[in-house]
Amino acid sequence: MTGHSDDRAPASALRRRLLQGMAALPAAALLPRAARADKPATAAVNTTGLAVTDDTVTVGILHSVTGTMAISETGSVEAEKLAIDQINAAGGVLGRQIKFIQEDGASDWPTFAEKAKKLLVNDKCASVFGCWTSASRKAVLPVFEQYNGMLYYPTFYEGLEQSKNVIYTGQEATQQILAGLDWIIKEKGAKTFYLLGSDYIWPRTSNKIARKHIVDKHGLEVVGEEYFPLGNTQFNSVINKMKLKKPDVIYAIIVGGSNVAFYKQLKAAGIDLSKQNLMTISVTEDEILGIGGENIAGAYACMKYFQSLDNPNNKLFVPAFKKMWGQNVVIGDVTQAAYLGPWLWKLTAEKAGSFDVDKIAAASPGVEFKGAPEGYVRIHENHHLWSKTRVGRARTDGQYDVIYETAGLMEPNPFPKGYQ
Amino acid sequence: MTARFFLRPQDLLFILVMALLILVVLPMSLDIFRLNLVGKYLTYAFVALGLVLCWGDAGILSLGQGIFFGLGGYCMAMFLELEGSTPEATKIQSTPGIPDFMDWNQITELPWFWKPFHSFIFTLFAIPLVPMALAFVIGLAMFKRRVGGTYFAIITQAFAAILTILIIGQQGYTGGVNGITDLRTLLGWDIRPDHAKLVLYFVNAGLLLACIVFAYWVRASKLGRILVAMRDREDRVRFSGYDVANFKIFVFCLAAGLAAIGGAMFTLQVGFMSPYFVGIVPSIDLVILCAVGGRNSVLGAVYGALLVNWARTTFSEDMPQLWLFAMGGLFIAVVMFFPGGLAGLYRDHLEPALGRLFGGRAPTPPGSPETVTSMVEQPR
Repeated sequence: MTGHSDDRAPASALRRRLLQGMAALPAAALLPRAARADKPATAAVNTTGLAVTDDTVTVGILHSVTGTMAISETGSVEAEKLAIDQINAAGGVLGRQIKFIQEDGASDWPTFAEKAKKLLVNDKCASVFGCWTSASRKAVLPVFEQYNGMLYYPTFYEGLEQSKNVIYTGQEATQQILAGLDWIIKEKGAKTFYLLGSDYIWPRTSNKIARKHIVDKHGLEVVGEEYFPLGNTQFNSVINKMKLKKPDVIYAIIVGGSNVAFYKQLKAAGIDLSKQNLMTISVTEDEILGIGGENIAGAYACMKYFQSLDNPNNKLFVPAFKKMWGQNVVIGDVTQAAYLGPWLWKLTAEKAGSFDVDKIAAASPGVEFKGAPEGYVRIHENHHLWSKTRVGRARTDGQYDVIYETAGLMEPNPFPKGYQ
Repeated sequence: MTARFFLRPQDLLFILVMALLILVVLPMSLDIFRLNLVGKYLTYAFVALGLVLCWGDAGILSLGQGIFFGLGGYCMAMFLELEGSTPEATKIQSTPGIPDFMDWNQITELPWFWKPFHSFIFTLFAIPLVPMALAFVIGLAMFKRRVGGTYFAIITQAFAAILTILIIGQQGYTGGVNGITDLRTLLGWDIRPDHAKLVLYFVNAGLLLACIVFAYWVRASKLGRILVAMRDREDRVRFSGYDVANFKIFVFCLAAGLAAIGGAMFTLQVGFMSPYFVGIVPSIDLVILCAVGGRNSVLGAVYGALLVNWARTTFSEDMPQLWLFAMGGLFIAVVMFFPGGLAGLYRDHLEPALGRLFGGRAPTPPGSPETVTSMVEQPR
């Protein structure tokens, strides 16, 4: 079973390459249809009473589709549904079609906890793909640990966490920060940095790591560090301070709607991003839709995935996504990470030969997904992903030009020594 | 029975029906997951009870009850968090022995206002008293200056917004937007397994019943009558020599204390507390519970809390993308067709029939004169 699945991956990748010209077809149609005579018995793959029948396996999707976070989380829902569709078309998982139950976290964390419990206790979901903000993950984590569920969490986040019951398919902070800083220090000769962030755990932890890297590892200087409440729209005073200090790099971790005000005010203040280096780890193609490409063109973003990424997997993924969800959608870093969740779970279940959460958790380290739109990922012992870090430069049309990627995969390190 | 007993026979009957429902029928018919959800709904009923006294009786519309619910919840959460943050459990931190979010925010010593929460006794007192103290300050500042009606409602909203920003902004001291999460034990007793949830459900239901009886007692007392008089003719009450502001402050504090008990029970049953509850939206949700149940009826408010939250859960499970519209439809329907809420529905249609059954004229519950039939009318 396991060998079969592993052998198939490169073959199907080759096939995809051959059929690139037909990329407009859904990727799913290109994968082999189910023709498994070796379907394992339900009793063998499900010893813990999960919602698995002879033909189906039930999973959960738990994101906000109402409330303030809906605009961010919709891409993740879409990516997860696409992945599930494709997996089903390719024969499902262990010979079973995936059925999903979608619940709405409603942008409030107690509701996330309630719905997570419902998916695990009531619906007996074999795995759950969901959550976006750290707060929602913190709210559901005790639920997943208590009822022994499996969560695939897509967002880049601050680290400082590791759980048997979670696979983190986004980057933890060091994966997003270190390589980008190394690049800008080497390529742009940057000596001074000004750190900005929205005031909550992720930007603060990320800037702490960035500061340690800049000051302790490179011996360079941080000339300012400031935080703004979520939703803040007044950046003029900090922009004036930055004009005086003239940092080589503005390092910005501002989230949500604040971004729109920040980049517009930067532009209005005459800071030209084609001359002033600005690096962000919080602006994906999704956010640029709100900011406007002309306001942020020239900025550097440090991510693991950009929609414009040039590789065979992505050339199939982007058209398939647009075919399912409309030609005008954009695909950001987190959307791609969400797409990895169902695939990694499928590959892990086939490696383990079981849907049991304990076996999935144990089999996860070492699972690799060669069809990832970002190229290739592998699950680390600590349940985060090995993945590359890339630097993109924003264009006026809202897309990024990928101008740098690390030679190898970056190791995930959620508890970085020397950075705390 | 004595002539002056504050519960009339039919009140006693209704309370018994409620007790039967939440102590026997629901626990026997629901699995532990659903029962835990009902337990969560019932914590909102504490707030609705307070609103019946404060809004329904005294006519003070507070759109900031989430503040007191949240503060009560935070007091409980702080105690549980400290209990869990032993030096052994947190030895990977730079500073062991403090809550993990403080460590992430480079705080190296437990802040002074956290220290008393090492004591369970202190926490038990703090849960109602801290919110009541805040309510007292707000009430003193507003009612002594004769600020009331919509102005007061808006100011309570402003307080809710201020407190949310404060909690989210001071994340090193409060856990920020994440709230205080992953609470595990109460005095060494694991609050997470199913049997613990069952015990907590009954503790919660018992407390709620006690609060219901207390609310009946308040409404039947002279105080309750003054509150109603104040709502309907504030100037006459003042001219009769009563200090209206003091009564308003009192009932506002009482409602805050009830909300705080609900908040603390919420923390225990759900296992975390989030700044979300302190905000404006949940505060308005809580008023809606009370309005749907009927703001003039103690038991109506409890049924309202159960019905609205049950509908919220059911709608959102059945149609995750459209449930908000269904909830909106429910509220519009209630306001348009049953302005008195569930209790009004009962009073207008069922009670006359029951009254005949009891062999007399249809009685009017104390504190809810017939004049009040419309909940859309602005409270004075």
